[in-house]
Amino acid sequence: MTLLDFARGPAMQFAIFIFVFGIVFRLVGVWAMRHKRDLSEPRQPSAWKGGIHGLIQHAWPYKPFRDKLMTDYVIGYVIHLGLLFVIFFYKPHILFFQDIFGFGWPALPNGVITAISIITIGALVIALVKRLTDPVRRLISNFDDYFTWFVTTLPFVTGLATAGNVWWHYETGLAIHLLSVWLLLIYFPFGKLMHAFWFGVSRYTTGSRFARRGGMA
Amino acid sequence: MSDATTTDIPVDLESKRLTVTRPDIRFDKQGELGDDERVQKAMQHFAKDFGYIAANYMEACVHCGACAQACPFYEANPDPKLTPIWKLEPFKQAYKREAGPLSFFYKTLNLKSKVTIEQLEEWQELLYDTCTMCGRCTLVCPMSIDIATLVGMARHGMFHAGLVPHELYTVTEKAEREGSPLGATPKVFADRVEWMEDEHEVDMPLDADKADVLVLMSSIEIQKYPESMAATGKILNQMGKSWTFHTEGYEATNFGMLSGNTQWQKDMTMKIISTAEKIGAELVILPECGHAYQALRWQGANMLGRPLPFKVQHISEFLAEAVESGAIRVNKVDKSVAFHDPCQVSRRGGATPAPRKILEALGVELREPESTGNLNFCCGGGGGVITIHRADSLRYKIMGNKLEQLDATGAEMMVTSCSNCRQNFDDSGEKLHWDKQMNSLLELVAENLVEDTKS
Repeated sequence: MTLLDFARGPAMQFAIFIFVFGIVFRLVGVWAMRHKRDLSEPRQPSAWKGGIHGLIQHAWPYKPFRDKLMTDYVIGYVIHLGLLFVIFFYKPHILFFQDIFGFGWPALPNGVITAISIITIGALVIALVKRLTDPVRRLISNFDDYFTWFVTTLPFVTGLATAGNVWWHYETGLAIHLLSVWLLLIYFPFGKLMHAFWFGVSRYTTGSRFARRGGMA
Repeated sequence: MSDATTTDIPVDLESKRLTVTRPDIRFDKQGELGDDERVQKAMQHFAKDFGYIAANYMEACVHCGACAQACPFYEANPDPKLTPIWKLEPFKQAYKREAGPLSFFYKTLNLKSKVTIEQLEEWQELLYDTCTMCGRCTLVCPMSIDIATLVGMARHGMFHAGLVPHELYTVTEKAEREGSPLGATPKVFADRVEWMEDEHEVDMPLDADKADVLVLMSSIEIQKYPESMAATGKILNQMGKSWTFHTEGYEATNFGMLSGNTQWQKDMTMKIISTAEKIGAELVILPECGHAYQALRWQGANMLGRPLPFKVQHISEFLAEAVESGAIRVNKVDKSVAFHDPCQVSRRGGATPAPRKILEALGVELREPESTGNLNFCCGGGGGVITIHRADSLRYKIMGNKLEQLDATGAEMMVTSCSNCRQNFDDSGEKLHWDKQMNSLLELVAENLVEDTKS
């Protein structure tokens, strides 16, 4: 078995299993914790609408905070959109998904994906430098923050190297890229990458709680 | 230090702010517990709060640090330690190690270390002195984490570990024992009602057997702003309401909630609920007090374990309805006004429109400060902070920022609807040589009430 066979076979299966099982375990684990019913008289009915509003509202900062946070939000959006486009709109990735789901969708030109990847890596580097140099972020950061950065950045770097065919041996390079993605998937349920789910849960929870009261969150 | 020592410290009735007379002698550890027992107690009570809501908030943090940018304490002193989410570090650490879905890994592999007594002692200042639970951090959090609620929960563990700043502990213990954090015992309350009745020639029913409306006061008002009682009485009499004050349930402040003792919080809330039920009240009116609104309007039913059998309104909500319905009429006030929103009534309470309706009826020219309404900048005195002398320098800096915002409006008159905010403005205003005064919205309405001779 070559390294590529390993990456495409057991490594992939193991990574996807941990990814799916881990996410379900962590989400259900929190959901199963004690729920307390709020017995206060709601100011208005249909708190769920506030939950939906909260999901959208916190996607962009309120006006008084925009000056201070605009750079961080822009960097955040570049990273997230970069991930989205590169994962789902690069031709070889679409072929990979097509194998699994049985259908595909239009791809972006390779040159565009390369440019997006480079920009995303740039944004990730800026985010890391800010984390290391901003006293607030440096204080509140832990291993998870740095390791998450590492496992997110690595597939971009290995992917660019594979697409640019700069490895000494293409197939080994491709295998390394795949393994770097599996590392991301395996780590996903254990660290803050889970914010891909928590952002919705948390925003909805606060939005609906405050819709009962009025006020703002 | 022993409980006995802390309760012996008298409260300071002379100063403009609610506190104790000897802040220089500190008893920031209560009880005779050993260090291990303190940690154990904190963990037990942290665990009680690890439900679904707290858990998903603690899972959601991505350590972006944005919360610092909204915190009045961080703005006054940009020390990274004052970052709101950092104030919860031991609480988060305990959750991840002891309760979260991955706690098995965290504990077995020691990925999260045990919370230590040194940590808890260090965090006393962060959880009590430097957070008013104003909730501004939630506005700015991309995950919308309700940090203020979590700080309130973390205080439960701190209280039971005997790690409450001594001024806050003292006034809380006094409130539990005497019924008031400021010595406004039932007898003192009755005396002051009588005094205000004479002084203002307003009838104020006390201990009526039956009444539709039970009116509460805060000890701050009873002791420092007693005109509030007369103002409330004057308005309710004008409306022809069947109402009463009651010596069995008159005190709206809830220092059990602020300091972190849930049982005491319940005791304080139950006095009000039992009294309201006893007299058959349909409505309980809360005074100009922010956290009292939280304690009864939003947490009261949860303390009782069933929905409240009466309606609860902050006095500003009651007055807004009264002016809107025409139940009272007010004279026009030819002045420009800036309004300071109490965080617990506005942003975290939902009664933000009420004072604006009243001010509109009063015909004032409302000049909103830069960050207002639900986005209001906290005065820095809530959550028990005003009692703590260690917090004074930071509180005055926050107030400096607040006064700048208010002064920038150029308004002639400053108004609020929280007596705790008001005492902070009085105390800090004097310290900062502010040339204005914070006024009560309730008193402004009473002063300008059109008195109908029919009643």
